[in-house]
Amino acid sequence: MITQKFEYTAPKSLDEALHLLASGAKPLAGGMSLIPMMKLRLAAPEHLVDLRALKDLNYIREAGGQLHIGATASHYEVESSALLRQKCPLLTETAAAIGDVQVRNMGTIGGSVAHADPAADYPAALQALEAKFVLKGAKSERTVSAAEFFVDTFTTALEPGEILREVIVPIDDARTGTSYQKMAQPASGFAIVGVAARVRVNAGKVSFVRIGVTGLSNRAYRATAAEKALEGKTPSPADIQAAAALVAQGVDANSDLHASSDYRRHLAVVHTVRALKTALSRIA
Amino acid sequence: MNINLTINGKSYSQDVEPRLLLIHFLRDVAGLTGTHMGCETSLCGACTVELNGKAIKSCSMFTVQANGADIVTIEGLATNGRLDPMQEAFWNEHGLQCGFCTPGMIMASKQILYRNPSPTEDEIRHGLEGNVCRCTGYQHIVNAVKAAAAGAGK
Repeated sequence: MITQKFEYTAPKSLDEALHLLASGAKPLAGGMSLIPMMKLRLAAPEHLVDLRALKDLNYIREAGGQLHIGATASHYEVESSALLRQKCPLLTETAAAIGDVQVRNMGTIGGSVAHADPAADYPAALQALEAKFVLKGAKSERTVSAAEFFVDTFTTALEPGEILREVIVPIDDARTGTSYQKMAQPASGFAIVGVAARVRVNAGKVSFVRIGVTGLSNRAYRATAAEKALEGKTPSPADIQAAAALVAQGVDANSDLHASSDYRRHLAVVHTVRALKTALSRIA
Repeated sequence: MNINLTINGKSYSQDVEPRLLLIHFLRDVAGLTGTHMGCETSLCGACTVELNGKAIKSCSMFTVQANGADIVTIEGLATNGRLDPMQEAFWNEHGLQCGFCTPGMIMASKQILYRNPSPTEDEIRHGLEGNVCRCTGYQHIVNAVKAAAAGAGK
């Protein structure tokens, strides 16, 4: 499969890239979604700007009590980062669940979340982490929350000419248990449903809980009704089951040849229970 | 666009169309047909090669993205007529039948051992998730990777 013709630029600087993007070029990162779409002619950009060539977008570091991940950090770099493994294990666990080895070697966190595939893995974790997204245009830079960033299927808060420069996640200390649980589509590895959970317990009661869900609907979301139901509970298996039952509340569930909407809702409950139990078991 | 890259130690400088996929460069320009094109949708892994030490699917990458890269294909593994230990292990363990997936399987298997010289069976299977074989049922392939790991440890 040959794509349509396009012009290609490997810019020397972020400014050069932003200048090209402002005049209508499209960003290319790992290409793990864009290139297959171009082959199928679902996308036909006239000019690609290769962000992977920019070394100053590729980093994972701690600063100001938070973790900063440059847009072109690959899934493998996230998965194998000693810093993230220690301070944000939910993200390393999620990165390791993406696609396969070859895809993780090429695919980038920025490319994945900017593409906003409703079945991508990262968005569940980033919703549960209440991540922040730094969006940079030629003239200005702004930071948006995960709740604002993921708008709809393949649609984010990015404006034309803007790129996602960095993802910021909080540091989870050992008192926070986390887990990402997914049902993978066997051929593509995409999440039919994926659930990320973060939990803290204080004096035997759940003092903090965040649940992010992907694959179920048009965009990844935080299951706030389920979170509220679990907060302050012991948490017994019955408490967890009751909270998980609310995970798909008010959600218009996807249906396709892999899973009907009813089955997806069922999977969401099952994987929420698994994610919460595993997260609780990991609290140090 | 003019690009420079190294394949199996040999330098190539070539003018290419941006839309030329890396696998087409390998097979049609460099004449290295050991790398196979299977599904063309980045699912089957038959086109796996090593790019700067990392296994990637050459059907899902433009050649221009590999500008300046060091690439190793299946043809680059044997030295002076001696098979690479992973190739030897696939031979000894009968890790193939028709052979179509084999170049990609071997490149992906080498990636497993680069990162983890003594993987468990689970880790081997996880490491081969990106490669599809329609003949062997995978058991002999997993055995081959185990044998290569054991041999490398000696």
